[in-house]
Amino acid sequence: MNGLVAYISRRIGITLLILLAVSFTVYLIFALLPYDPASLTCGKNCNDPGIIEANRKRLGYDKPFFEQYWVFLVGLFAGRTFGEGAATIYCAAPSFGYSFQQHACVTDLIFDAIPVTIALAVGSLILWLVVGVGLGIIAAKYRGKIWDTLSTAFVLIGTSLPTFLTGLILIVFLVIKVDWSPFPAGGYTAPDEDIGGWFLSMVLPWVTLAFAYSAIYTRFVRSQILEISTEDFIRTARAKGLSDGVILGKHTLRAAMAPIVTMAGLDFAGLLGGAILTEAVFNLPGMGRLSLNAVVDIDLPVIVGTTILAAAIVVIMNMILDIVYAFIDPRVRV
Amino acid sequence: MSLLSVRDLRVEFKTPDGVVKAVAGVTFDLQAGETLAIVGESGSGKSVTNLAYMGLLPTSRTTITGSVILKTDQGEVDLIGMSNDELRKIRGKDVAMIFQDPMSALHPYYSIGDQLIEAHQVHNEVDKKVSRDRAIELLTLVGVANPDERMAAYPHQFSGGMRQRVMIAMALMNNPKVLIADEPTTALDVTVQAQILKLLRDIQTQFQMAVILITHDLGVVAGAADRVNVMYGGRLVESATVNDLYENPMMPYTVGLLDSIPRMDQGHGKRLRAIPGQPPSLIKLGDGCAFAARCSRKSELPSGTCDSSPELKAVAPNHLVRCHLYDSKEKVK
Repeated sequence: MNGLVAYISRRIGITLLILLAVSFTVYLIFALLPYDPASLTCGKNCNDPGIIEANRKRLGYDKPFFEQYWVFLVGLFAGRTFGEGAATIYCAAPSFGYSFQQHACVTDLIFDAIPVTIALAVGSLILWLVVGVGLGIIAAKYRGKIWDTLSTAFVLIGTSLPTFLTGLILIVFLVIKVDWSPFPAGGYTAPDEDIGGWFLSMVLPWVTLAFAYSAIYTRFVRSQILEISTEDFIRTARAKGLSDGVILGKHTLRAAMAPIVTMAGLDFAGLLGGAILTEAVFNLPGMGRLSLNAVVDIDLPVIVGTTILAAAIVVIMNMILDIVYAFIDPRVRV
Repeated sequence: MSLLSVRDLRVEFKTPDGVVKAVAGVTFDLQAGETLAIVGESGSGKSVTNLAYMGLLPTSRTTITGSVILKTDQGEVDLIGMSNDELRKIRGKDVAMIFQDPMSALHPYYSIGDQLIEAHQVHNEVDKKVSRDRAIELLTLVGVANPDERMAAYPHQFSGGMRQRVMIAMALMNNPKVLIADEPTTALDVTVQAQILKLLRDIQTQFQMAVILITHDLGVVAGAADRVNVMYGGRLVESATVNDLYENPMMPYTVGLLDSIPRMDQGHGKRLRAIPGQPPSLIKLGDGCAFAARCSRKSELPSGTCDSSPELKAVAPNHLVRCHLYDSKEKVK
């Protein structure tokens, strides 16, 4: 058990270092971009050097790079005040900066967007795990039979249809062409306003995302199971006289779990950074749309904030997976 | 009636290159309490023979014919043609197996205690505690120190020899009548090999089990077996008691095998000889003697003799040979 505690502490330490490196790299790229963040605060056709310089000072862009980065880091933990006197703007911790274009703290923008993305990611994760793992097991069990062939067809369609096309097809055939369709063609209803409306607004986005992912998972789970079925320890399980169900459920799936959990964790982490296409098609105000709009408008503080957050989620998920791995595979706990 | 009688067992695999006749009509008997060694090169069919009637070969593209009669407490049963569900009630209970590579034969994610208890629970409707006691008892018997603590350990925390001991303990959980040991010492160090073979002998006496010892190592056979079946090209080519076989090998293949290993009872300075050539392809194998291409004594026979397959004949009491050199001897059925 001591080994496990040491292992987890070590992983957390490494993760903190990686997060620091990630934030520095993103901030460096931001500083190297051929845009003047101060000029961008002033809107189009704004040439008043007075306003630009005042904003530059207010947002701290007049300071040397390392000082800027340091202030940014401190702001993440302590919150940050922009400007002085009457025009003071305060962004509470964790502060990712201030978007002059949207006149809002980046953190507030993210906090508005992330529940939508979490709802989208969690719902589709559940859906694609059930469908993907289920079909993968069926395809492996009936290898070469009709079920396997059908699942292969599903895999082909799922992996080759881009999500924006799947989304549009669903909207056309389940919403626009159907008068009594319960689903909205897009948009988001907050769950605290109308939980039923929220659910209906999420169903098609869930299905759209899960369709693509479950196809990949079907293929992956099938190949994992077939590969593990040839392992010596599965032959041992059969030689013991265990039934096929126990061998599959207890011995094969247990061994297949580690790679499936890893893949699901990383895909989920990636989605939390924003499912840009799906959010765009269904007009969901999530992280994907926030990032997309920020890029289109060159809203640099928002780009920095969403990029660092998305990267941090992946890094932290990696850490969580490593720890989960230690519980799945006893050989890791050394 | 013997404990296990195998009659004309044939195993064929369909492959893209053709039909592989992995086992081409094997007949032998196993008596209660004896150790029967099955010897041969890789691809001679020695493992497949036993995996086949245990139902451990992949079912698609495999054809198994013949009969394998096993005496169980419920009477005699034919293992060939049994449904998987019937057969799995025999596996691990009447007939247990241990395998070549103990490193990979245990599930890496379950403690050895879990795996031992599972082997008992599947054939006995008893409390887990009973299975646990049984597991500890057997771990003690096979020489695992501190079995109570070691129950919670995982396979990777054991050495190769210790894992094979755990596998043996697992095989013994249900007091099997037959233990099939498929190259049980091949993956182990020489010193550990000797310990495992001694352990197998000891438990065999204690449990009154019959053991089928599959190996390519005639050194292992000499110390461990009562009787030896030599296989070549999917067929039995010689069968005799251990002493008979070592003193008076008849089939040129057996002679070649014995010439290729060092022996204490033969003069110093004698060079070891390898059998020239390669084992035959089991796809192209025709009607002739499978060993003819490599046979050193082929020239003693009239030309064309080896184009037909020799029959298995008794050339002495309890000594069967499949070889044209002994054609003049009496034929057995």
